Amino acid sequence: MTVTFARAAPLTRFRYVRGPLVSILSVLGFLLVWFIAAEIAQSRLLPGPAAVLRYVVDETLHGDMLAELGITLWRVIASFVVAMAIGSVIGLAMGQSPALNRALDPWLIVFLNLPALVIIILAYVWFGLNEAAAIGAVALNKIPNAVVTLREGARALDPGLEEMARAYRLSFWSRLRNVTLPQLQPYFAAASRSGISLIWKIVLVVELLGRPNGVGFELHLNFQLFNVTAILGYTLAFVAVMLAIEYLLVQPIERHTTRWRNKPV
Amino acid sequence: MTVLMGPSGCGKTTLLRIVAGLDDRFVGEIAIPEDARIGLMFQEPRLLPWRTVLQNIELVVPPDFTEADLEWLASAVGIADILPRFPQELSLGMARRVALARAFATRPDLLLLDEPFVSLDERTADRLRRLLLEVWQARPTTAILVTHNPREAILLADQLVLLAPRPTRVVERVPITIPQAKRDAATVEKIYADLLKRYPANFATS
Repeated sequence: MTVTFARAAPLTRFRYVRGPLVSILSVLGFLLVWFIAAEIAQSRLLPGPAAVLRYVVDETLHGDMLAELGITLWRVIASFVVAMAIGSVIGLAMGQSPALNRALDPWLIVFLNLPALVIIILAYVWFGLNEAAAIGAVALNKIPNAVVTLREGARALDPGLEEMARAYRLSFWSRLRNVTLPQLQPYFAAASRSGISLIWKIVLVVELLGRPNGVGFELHLNFQLFNVTAILGYTLAFVAVMLAIEYLLVQPIERHTTRWRNKPV
Repeated sequence: MTVLMGPSGCGKTTLLRIVAGLDDRFVGEIAIPEDARIGLMFQEPRLLPWRTVLQNIELVVPPDFTEADLEWLASAVGIADILPRFPQELSLGMARRVALARAFATRPDLLLLDEPFVSLDERTADRLRRLLLEVWQARPTTAILVTHNPREAILLADQLVLLAPRPTRVVERVPITIPQAKRDAATVEKIYADLLKRYPANFATS
């Protein structure tokens, strides 16, 4: 009788290779490389991590860092909500109506390919250098992506479950909550994911081009002042905020809404 | 319990769907009261994967459905201990049981079953057929079941409607008067042999 023992792959035999330790070590490694590079360069162009961190702490306690971060975050959230709301409705409608899809598809393709810069500049020119134009321009950049994703979601709806809901005479809201929206959840998640990262990059451009505050404004100001420490400081601070949103908000929500998957038979 | 029996593709599922209101491209008349409650069992269980077994059933129950009703139904169908599970944790037989419970949970005036035990192994299918009879006799209601399995039809039917191959028509309506409770395997074989002689075309392939 032959007995075979399966050996675990070498790396995973060490328990601590999994888990947060690897990520932490990776980040520390990055900081170390940055520190060494700054020491070697000894130039205004590359301040070391200590200087940048000091700047961030200073600005947070005595300066406008928190206010600027807050304003940029508000623009990100506002554009995100507007873009997802409008994009989802249009995408779902196009996915369920071939006629509407044929009518709107050319517009979709145009807006998908229109450069963000063009939309932003025209929005400022036509509607003025104001908040509404800024948020509208960012949203308009994101809406075509949301439409495409949600359209696929609408096309992928399971007709068998829709029929079951009809046969059991479920109400419109019951069908929406229990049958349709759970099927669209992965598509919402995908649109949200790519949406957030696209949106905050465009928000910085919008702020740079036509707003008197926000991270983008600060980056432009410090670029003109050649204050690299401030540039890196604001960049780091904003990335930290986005990462916090990712790990403290987005991922727990996603885990909660998909807890029914991956259950063993 | 009316059983529609006919070869594959003859249109018996379509007929059931028309009665259920899922298909409206037909010529003719169906007389059903406006507010009739319908319980439907499809060929696949069609449970919502993102809801637990209990939530799937609660989705369809009428407002006057009580805790006691649920307990009775769950133990009658044998799903009491899988109520908190999600459908993909269940085997096909268990999922079919849940679909059966859901169909009865509406306290239907009309129960429609579309080949509900197809693609199960014979032992599980037989157990589920007898389960259906038990629950149905405890909560009697008008029922229409569609199948292409002659022995299943004979086991379950009060009235057996034989359908011709496509384009289909009713070949014969055969009443079976022996109460279902008394139909053991031997009786079913006897009736089957008799029907095979009378309608060889319908019963030759099993």
